[in-house]
Amino acid sequence: MKIIVCVKQVPARDSVLRVRPDGKWLEESDLNFEINEPDAYALEEALQVRDAAGGEVVVVCAGPERATSTIREALAKGADRGIHIVLPEGAAPDALATARLLASAIQGESPDLILTGLQSDDLGSGQTGVVLAELLGLPHASIIMQVEVTGAGLKVKRELEDGWFQHVSLPLPALLTIQSGIKKLRYATLMGIKKAKSKPVQVIDAAAGGAKFEAAVPIRRVYPPQRTKQIQMLTGSPEQVAAQLVEKLRFEARVL
Amino acid sequence: MSVLAILEQRGGVLNRMGFETLGGAARLSGALGVPLEAAILGDGLGDLPQQAARYGVAKAYAVDHPLLAQYTADGYTQAAEQLIRATKPELVLFPHTYQARDWAPKLATRFGCCLISDVVDARIEAGEICFVRQLFQGKWNADICAPSEGLQFASLQAGAFRAAAPGEAAGEVAAFAVQLDAAAIRGEPEEPFRESQRSVDLSSAERIVAVGRGIKERDNLALAEQLARAMGAELAASRPICDNGWLPMERQVGSSGQTVAPKLYLAMGISGAIQHLVGMKGAKTIVAINSDAGAPIFEIADYGVVGDLFQVAPALIDQIKKAKA
Repeated sequence: MKIIVCVKQVPARDSVLRVRPDGKWLEESDLNFEINEPDAYALEEALQVRDAAGGEVVVVCAGPERATSTIREALAKGADRGIHIVLPEGAAPDALATARLLASAIQGESPDLILTGLQSDDLGSGQTGVVLAELLGLPHASIIMQVEVTGAGLKVKRELEDGWFQHVSLPLPALLTIQSGIKKLRYATLMGIKKAKSKPVQVIDAAAGGAKFEAAVPIRRVYPPQRTKQIQMLTGSPEQVAAQLVEKLRFEARVL
Repeated sequence: MSVLAILEQRGGVLNRMGFETLGGAARLSGALGVPLEAAILGDGLGDLPQQAARYGVAKAYAVDHPLLAQYTADGYTQAAEQLIRATKPELVLFPHTYQARDWAPKLATRFGCCLISDVVDARIEAGEICFVRQLFQGKWNADICAPSEGLQFASLQAGAFRAAAPGEAAGEVAAFAVQLDAAAIRGEPEEPFRESQRSVDLSSAERIVAVGRGIKERDNLALAEQLARAMGAELAASRPICDNGWLPMERQVGSSGQTVAPKLYLAMGISGAIQHLVGMKGAKTIVAINSDAGAPIFEIADYGVVGDLFQVAPALIDQIKKAKA
């Protein structure tokens, strides 16, 4: 089975975010980047399906030069090869523009299965996978907790709201967006990291193809949200803070 | 020209998030000076379109077809595409449910549009529709402004817009006939189900101590357990903790876990991604302890402590014991 996994590189979770001088995005120069967490789970699922059914896992990433490190990490974990769609520094595609780039890179690969994370931790629009399926003319299922290969098709477990689930059968080829936590993530081994160095990564220059990679409706401004509730911030040593909090919870809020 | 709200139903009941969508849609259609229309898809819709028509809707479309009996992205997309091509709205709105997330992006793609998803606010200014979305799991907001001419698709976050109230006058109800191709519906969904009976019912807990990524390691959960015991609280967690298998899924609070409304909710090391907030923002009193002063959890908390939970929690246990002594 040929499996494509689409991954995105996003600012690391503990990043301190600062607004860029033009107010339209964050200052990226002093940030660390990592694989988008739901995409790490998509990769894990792809590796496990391949290990059981045979075949290859191709990791595809649209991102600037720096995204190379995320592709290498995926190769170190066991992906067989990579495709890097290189975006110019500062490009800000929306989900549709990204999906179009991914679709043109994936088209010629004719995969049996495409996996993506269900959403990105930065933009969080949660739709690149679904749009990609539509562009490629493939059936999809989203927010998937379990994947079972059944001969010519798949049986998957979708997460619904409020503790509900649903099984869906799909023919292959198909696209799935994977929920975080579907399997336990593996770490790259030293051997894996060594092997990754010799695995092939095809580089596609997004700008050279004349592709559009800007959002149709771009972000005008980013800013911290306003507080909707009046909050009391408690300050002091841990002991002082704890004493104030217990006092307030007992006699002000009366909930302790 | 119109604003079209596509509502969700299951088993003959309208999803109540749809009323919030109608509330937001009414505001935008008023500002744009165009009628508000609604659509409901399904098989055997009964009086659901009549129900919807009472909520400030000029026209409610009943899109009834046997192939829409069970939700499929392929079936719903075909049907809504035909409705939109025929009725030509300039703005199509959805409640941001798991179902909308599964098919609204596909529908927008058919029109060369990119869905503006999970919108928390919207306004019309200078001939533009400006949508507000959250970025970085709620740490930031972003304004995304589109010309009000042309076609846009957006989905509205739960709890972000005031629900429409039913009025005396009901709008018109119209059946919209669609031609659907059974062969183009590729997925075969089964009936939704719930996992086996839960052993913890967080929804009835009076007090909850919840932990997130800030707890760092599994072994540190003991500290949270001690605090919960001292407070007479149930222990709960945000999604990453349950994903790691550190606590069972039934202790997860949020959109994919339990929805809770205790008297006291103490969140330790939880940044407050929207998926978590929707599960607990109904709590009477919310306490947030987090090392990041910019964490979105502080936006909905009543009491906040910016600090190291590994220092604050033990001090809190001491103080509670003192107070009880």
